[in-house]
Amino acid sequence: IACLVMYLFTEFDDAANLLAANPDATTISIDEPVEIPKNQHGRLQEPGREEDDELLGTDDSDKTELLAGQKKSAPFWTFEYYQTFFDVDTYQVLDRIKGSVFPVPGKNFVRLYIRSNPDLYGPFWICATLVFTIAVSGNLSNFFIHLGKPTYHYVPEFRKVSIAATTIYAYAWLVPLALWGFLMWRNSKVMNIVSYSFLEIVCVYGYSLFVYIPTAILWIIPQKVVRWVLVMFSLCLSGSVLVMTFWPAVRDDNRRIALATVGTIVVLHALLAVGCLAYFFDAPELDFPAPIIPVHNGTTVITKSQ
Amino acid sequence: FAGLADVSISEDIPVEGEITVPVGSRSPDEDYSTLDEPVRDTIMRDLKAVGKKFVHVMYPKKSSALLRDWDLWGPLVLCVSLALMLQGGSADSKDDGGPQFAEVFVIIWFGAVVITLNSKLLGGTISFFQSLCVLGYCVLPLTVAMLVCRLVLLAGSGTVSFIIRLIVVAAMFGWSTLASTAFLADSQPPNRKALVVYPIFLFYFVISWMILTFTPQ
Repeated sequence: IACLVMYLFTEFDDAANLLAANPDATTISIDEPVEIPKNQHGRLQEPGREEDDELLGTDDSDKTELLAGQKKSAPFWTFEYYQTFFDVDTYQVLDRIKGSVFPVPGKNFVRLYIRSNPDLYGPFWICATLVFTIAVSGNLSNFFIHLGKPTYHYVPEFRKVSIAATTIYAYAWLVPLALWGFLMWRNSKVMNIVSYSFLEIVCVYGYSLFVYIPTAILWIIPQKVVRWVLVMFSLCLSGSVLVMTFWPAVRDDNRRIALATVGTIVVLHALLAVGCLAYFFDAPELDFPAPIIPVHNGTTVITKSQ
Repeated sequence: FAGLADVSISEDIPVEGEITVPVGSRSPDEDYSTLDEPVRDTIMRDLKAVGKKFVHVMYPKKSSALLRDWDLWGPLVLCVSLALMLQGGSADSKDDGGPQFAEVFVIIWFGAVVITLNSKLLGGTISFFQSLCVLGYCVLPLTVAMLVCRLVLLAGSGTVSFIIRLIVVAAMFGWSTLASTAFLADSQPPNRKALVVYPIFLFYFVISWMILTFTPQ
């Protein structure tokens, strides 16, 4: 019992020291009840705590956290349960989209915009828009590339819509599922400050796909250089949103695993972009398409350049 | 309690009155059984209801007739005719042709169901079938556009015909979207109207795209 009492005293000492050093910490611990037990890590947490102060929104986070405990209390077979995932107003959705297109360095998308109110409206309809944008843009781009060729007959290529839908919805739901499972597993081994629920991860992924919509429209331009510049640019924007979201969740872990996780996230995102570009958009020809030139000795020379 | 012994219910005073529940004037439907009427009357009544809704769609006003007496006959007829007219497109290779009948059907009905669920999840007060009814009926301008496109394509398929088709389809797309939002927007919470209108816009855009890219064999 004496040992237990001594342990408790040292704990209080640590807490008192922390509070003395950073009086604002009290406000934070009330706002984030999940983080109180993490204070026992001691002084080492202080720089991280200050960073998290900035990452947290300073306004109405009290209310959000208080209300967060009262949400999602309906059983999952009622309609009201699913209504809690659509509890967003127009301006909130627009803010989240803006936050995904203009990532501010150092700001965590989840903490700043989602704040325990993940919605399924954004991910679902952004994915739907992206599916149709890619299919329509690909069709248009192929039409313009092959326009003028005598043997070309326009086809609407409607099959590609279902392929696009399967790919994009699978990416937007299965990758977050895998990532969430992985983060839960690592969380059981290493105490992390930041952990995300499955819906928050789906939300981040859904909103990060938004920047691909204008990119897909601009891919109609039949220039290889333009297309690859667009790929790089959009990958940087949406990749940075994902990296800034998930880096705080893995940085306490083993260095290699943290880097491997973030690297995998970026690589998968890049694969999606490049795969869509390659499959839905035919390669533009650099020179003017040369007609088939019949040569004297009967062989035909077809000049085509990639 | 001595004083109360005098109070008793005398058998001399009759208790009388009526215990029947007053019934209002009998509504005409009660006496009107639809079982005995000729079949033509039954069919014409439904056809008239459908036709009245078509008129409501073409001249959208803020009337609740479309919402109150919903039916799904009109949407079914429109969907089937649109899907049939989208057949016969170019199908050189099986993979690259236009949408098949089943695909059009599924897109229209599944799209309408998803939009209805979306608006209900966002807190809309409209009922499920009323919303399906409105979305289905507002496909009428696009069906008219498809008809016009097929007629224009009979004349030729050059650039001029493409421009005519583009203008017609764009105009009908705008009409459909405006008509459906005129009916549906009132039942939405005010700060989420744009969230509900956007999927409707996407839905009619996809249908317009299918109509515009229809190329005959």
